[in-house]
Amino acid sequence: MSTENNLAKKKRRSQKIAFGIFTATSYAIVGLLFVILAFIVINGIGVISWEFISAMPENGMTEGGIFPAIVGTLCLVLVSMVFAFPVGVLAAIYMNEYVKDGWPKKIIKQMTNNLAGVPSIVFGLFGMALFVNKLEFGDSILAGGLTLGLLVLPVIIRTTEESLKAVDDTFRQASLGLGASKWETTSKIVFPIAFPNIITGLILSIGRVSGETAPILFTVAAYFLPKLPTSIFDQAMALPYHLYVIATSGTNIEKSRAMAYGTALILIIIVLISNLLANALRKYYGKKVKMN
Amino acid sequence: MKTNFKQIKEKVIESILMLSSAATSITVILIIFFLFIEGAGVFTKKPIEKGFLLAVNNSNPVSKLDPSQIKDIFDQKITNWSDLGGKDVPIVLFRSGDITDYYSEEELGENFANFPDKINELIANTPGIIAFFSDKYVNEEFKGKELDINKITVYKFLSDEEWFPTAEPVAQMGVKPLIYGTLWVSLGAILLALPIALAAAIYLSEIAKKRTRNLLKPLIELLAGIPSVVYGFFGLVVIVPLIQDLFNLPVGETALAGSVVLAIMALPTIITISEDAMRNTPRAMKEASLALGASHWQTIYKVVIPYSASGITAGAILGIGRAIGETMAVLMVTGNAAVIPSSFLAPIRTIPATIAAELGEAPNGGLHYEALFALGCILFIITFGINMLVEVVTNRNSQKKH
Repeated sequence: MSTENNLAKKKRRSQKIAFGIFTATSYAIVGLLFVILAFIVINGIGVISWEFISAMPENGMTEGGIFPAIVGTLCLVLVSMVFAFPVGVLAAIYMNEYVKDGWPKKIIKQMTNNLAGVPSIVFGLFGMALFVNKLEFGDSILAGGLTLGLLVLPVIIRTTEESLKAVDDTFRQASLGLGASKWETTSKIVFPIAFPNIITGLILSIGRVSGETAPILFTVAAYFLPKLPTSIFDQAMALPYHLYVIATSGTNIEKSRAMAYGTALILIIIVLISNLLANALRKYYGKKVKMN
Repeated sequence: MKTNFKQIKEKVIESILMLSSAATSITVILIIFFLFIEGAGVFTKKPIEKGFLLAVNNSNPVSKLDPSQIKDIFDQKITNWSDLGGKDVPIVLFRSGDITDYYSEEELGENFANFPDKINELIANTPGIIAFFSDKYVNEEFKGKELDINKITVYKFLSDEEWFPTAEPVAQMGVKPLIYGTLWVSLGAILLALPIALAAAIYLSEIAKKRTRNLLKPLIELLAGIPSVVYGFFGLVVIVPLIQDLFNLPVGETALAGSVVLAIMALPTIITISEDAMRNTPRAMKEASLALGASHWQTIYKVVIPYSASGITAGAILGIGRAIGETMAVLMVTGNAAVIPSSFLAPIRTIPATIAAELGEAPNGGLHYEALFALGCILFIITFGINMLVEVVTNRNSQKKH
């Protein structure tokens, strides 16, 4: 009798210890996130000012602002999305609405997965070989933007596919039953319902594109360029590359530390906003669709 | 007529959609094509700078050497031709700049006009010489013998232990230290991340209340959204000095710093995938275990974990894949010393970091440039293999369930 009790006690105690460890670990990970964020916010907040985001870098990038890097990143986001968003959405529509299950679909799926697994530096090599050298775009916003666009293509395809899958089949059947064609059904019924979720994917990709460094190293990024790009064939500075440069190889690493914290904070803010916006949008429209 | 037009429109739209869906496949094929075309160049060229040559005395029986042998000669590790299958003659090193050791300025003439003749004379008169000089000094009366350099073979590329692509007179292109460095950092990262990630996955899927889970999960996934260059910066200003102080090292940029940063970055991947796998454990199995008197914890480690083992494996493998391909963070915190790692507390260098650090300085189309593309091929093959492995592991899992 007593041994049975001991056994039960032991059982309970080991469970308590194990669960305690798991709980603590989970909160520690979240804690780590806050440590990283807080560290950058606390060190960077003092640097951020109107001048910081609107002025040119000065004095070997130890003073002034990061305006050209912000503009460069915006240009890269724009070019990559103009290319990747329509292609990704159309591809997902084809995959989800048109093609039947079978080996072609399997191959396309597999290839999309493979592309998602390609390391970002390999995209950089590829972008340099194809866009910069072969197609002779040179180091330009066009070359960098297209490279980044290819990088996020799988993300856009995947989120769009999920959004389309979430649309109830009865909508399609009702539309087709009324005599609408396949494309009419897709463009007028399915797509509008799925649209908010598709936009969520777009926002997340924008966050991803603005933070990527390796693909732009050799396709667009300029070490220091105190003027704004005038066309998509110009080189440009970009936020993540700028952070890398002033953190590791600037003219005076110690003096440009403050600038680095500020740049890191701007990057973090972009990522946070895109994530929060995407989550909020998902929640808002998730509720709305349920009500219908 | 109208229906006809409509049908054509439908067809056109469908082909546009089809083309778009082919974009990813085309990109993958193009990536493979360009990487391998550019990367293959490194195996077709002689690993010596364009416009330069190595020459020996005509009587020297040695006519062909490996890049690593030439390096040993110029590092004076090999000092006698007999070590290389030649006669028992000591090796005399000669670079263009050494010419004044042999001839006076008058003898060389104005603007070194007699330079070609004198080099020719020197090589002809010194049986043990090996000379490295520009091929514009080779004239018709050249009596020396140009030394042939073996091309880099795939085997040599993978097994040589020195990476020094800008070395003179011949580039050293052994990727072994880079492959080792990559594997060390990545495996170290997984060893650190896996237990932590598993604990969190168990908590999220089995223990946490729904509300807690809904709060924690997006936060943990946010870790995946932070750009790698920000992780690199954080590692550089926080983790690197910490490791330096903790272990009392001369420099904090070490393999360990890389592993710690990569571990943080790999956490969300492993947690998300293993948690999904655990939540897929059928309720009936868990309830059967609990009904037999097993405690919640016993149910977790006797039922849930074994059931989701392949999902957890997939998560871990995918985490390794991410770590292997990660560039910026690793570049910023590992110190980038291209040596075969001996300790986690020493600087190392990974394949992606090498590409990122050197491609900017490698002239387009040159040997160094091609070698970096060959590194890209290796990286692509490794990550491709890992993706396939994940596919196999998860497929086996889904088959088991049916």
